[in-house]
Amino acid sequence: MSEEQIRSLERQFDEKIARDEKIEPKDWMPEKYRQTHIRQMSQHAHSEIVGMLPEGNWITRAPSLRRKVALLAKVQDEAGHGLYLYSATETLGISREEMYEQLHTGKAKYSSIFNYPTLTWADMGAIGWLVDGAAIINQVPLCNTSYGPYARAMIRVCKEESFHQRQGFEIMLKLANGTPEQKEMAQDALNRWWWPSLMMLGPTDDKSVHTEQSMKWKLKRKTNDELRQQFIDQTVPQADILGLTIPDPDLKWNEERQSYDFGEINWDEFWQVVKGHGPMNKERMKARVGAWERGEWVRDAAMAHAEKKQARKEKQAV
Amino acid sequence: MSTKNWPLWEIFVRSKNGLEHRHCGSLHAADSEMALENARDVYTRRNEGVSIWVVESKHITASNPENNGELFEPAQDKVYRHPTFYDLPDDVKHM
Amino acid sequence: MKNENLYNYILGIADNSLILGQRMGELCGHGPSLETDIACTNISLDLFGQVRSYFQYASKIAGDGRTEDDIAMLRKEREYKNVLLAEQPNTDFAYTIGRQFLFDVYHLAFLRELQKSTDLTLSAIANKCIKEVSYHERFSSDWVKRLGDGTEESHQKMQNAIDDLWTYTDELFHQTEADKAMVAEGIGVDVTKLKEAYYKNVSELLEEATLKVPDLKYFQKGGKEGVHTEHMGYLLTDLQYMQRAYPNMEW
Repeated sequence: MSEEQIRSLERQFDEKIARDEKIEPKDWMPEKYRQTHIRQMSQHAHSEIVGMLPEGNWITRAPSLRRKVALLAKVQDEAGHGLYLYSATETLGISREEMYEQLHTGKAKYSSIFNYPTLTWADMGAIGWLVDGAAIINQVPLCNTSYGPYARAMIRVCKEESFHQRQGFEIMLKLANGTPEQKEMAQDALNRWWWPSLMMLGPTDDKSVHTEQSMKWKLKRKTNDELRQQFIDQTVPQADILGLTIPDPDLKWNEERQSYDFGEINWDEFWQVVKGHGPMNKERMKARVGAWERGEWVRDAAMAHAEKKQARKEKQAV
Repeated sequence: MSTKNWPLWEIFVRSKNGLEHRHCGSLHAADSEMALENARDVYTRRNEGVSIWVVESKHITASNPENNGELFEPAQDKVYRHPTFYDLPDDVKHM
Repeated sequence: MKNENLYNYILGIADNSLILGQRMGELCGHGPSLETDIACTNISLDLFGQVRSYFQYASKIAGDGRTEDDIAMLRKEREYKNVLLAEQPNTDFAYTIGRQFLFDVYHLAFLRELQKSTDLTLSAIANKCIKEVSYHERFSSDWVKRLGDGTEESHQKMQNAIDDLWTYTDELFHQTEADKAMVAEGIGVDVTKLKEAYYKNVSELLEEATLKVPDLKYFQKGGKEGVHTEHMGYLLTDLQYMQRAYPNMEW
């Protein structure tokens, strides 16, 4: 194809997206579109799968049966969401195994927040409330993104996730209204998860490399800073209901902006964790790689069995 | 190292009798029985289905979007296939 | 307690689901494939759902303010009545599947009988659980066949698991005092009558899976009387952690 032809195809492609038409797997797409989507979607899928670990850490220790089933169902949903997203990504011509390979070798990233440890039961509350809260803000606009399979997966994900944040907030509410020891546990969890949750919405706009292109392709509808502000504005009143204190002395309502001003985020910490030096990066990867390697003989057995069964069926048919 | 990975399956779920099966996503499984079980566990956790179809993805033949012009555009001007094409006086009822 | 036998009888049933559910729950996030992970969690969720129905009933019978969680998490090890099979660890996926399969075949036969109980609450619970357990049995049987008749490696691993777990199967058919009293009242299931069909069904499936049926004359027992294996203490340490570390609080 000549360069001119490609430019013309690209122009038609951009117009199609601008008209809010979806791109489907077999449609022509610029190579950069494909690569960007593989990167973002697989990163999203990895985040779901790695995100199972910090919460999975508390399944066996949940304090009541009601909490245990809710947590199990939530962590299971994350597996489901990872699965939907991996499947959607596979429509772009990459296999799940290749994506795992990228995750396991550190080539692919996942949300840095999951590299923090879950130390108390209150962390289950804080993660549901804050981390899922931030995730929802990120994800809802993606239900409308330009790539059809991604948008469809996200609609399913968002529908299912609606209980996740409530689940977390309810845990926090119970703790905040519980004994002084429980309330302290809740405050401590908020103190540890607040800043990483803000970082979860991505680097500031002046440091964010992908924003402009992502906006055009509807991988993003608002900038990181806008999303962060939205998250803070909706979360602070929720903390007030809990009677907990957001760990930011500079947090202040700004009458003029009709928004909260907030303190400086420690971006050094953010980059440290992104680059692999957070408290739990190594453990998380070890857990993922371990599960995959321990599962290999199981997956192989299932394939071998399927082939034997098929062969028997064919022999019978003859 | 695994020589063969579980193939991909497309999953279709009928949400209730009277409705058609609809494509709801895909998953990996070693064979059709496992694909059915996995589909049940993955795609009907919230009571979404009363019947499941699974089809190995490689068995689906899809039309090529490049041919959309010749495949689908010729249908656009066949307006006489639609009831609105026909002029009837307003006082004709039940038609 | 007026109905002590019934109370103990319910705990005997429910503890199996509780401990097995706890074991399955450990795997969440660590399964051999995403799809299998999700399936195992479904089993765990079913089992915990059953536990809650049983313990809510037991709590009503106890009538002394003990909640389902008190019953689930605040007993001493000797007071848990689950069979030893249920508490065996997830040594590898073959053990997980073997344990599930050996329990499911029993569980299904047991629930079929419990449906006929003259205790309407128990028969209603059985009626609901039986659909879940039929699926568990199908799932675990299919996997025993896949692993048994899969690769050489998986065959060996599945055989090892069955060989090791076999010693815990006989206990499934032991009767406790509560069992006998409940059978006499038409409430309980006479588990001794399930034994023959159990070994027949299990053996047939193992053979289909190209596995050898262990030839064992000596069996382990004790779980039903509260004498457990060394694994149990660690399992309970996790299960009871919050309730022990922060007593008398609501969550």
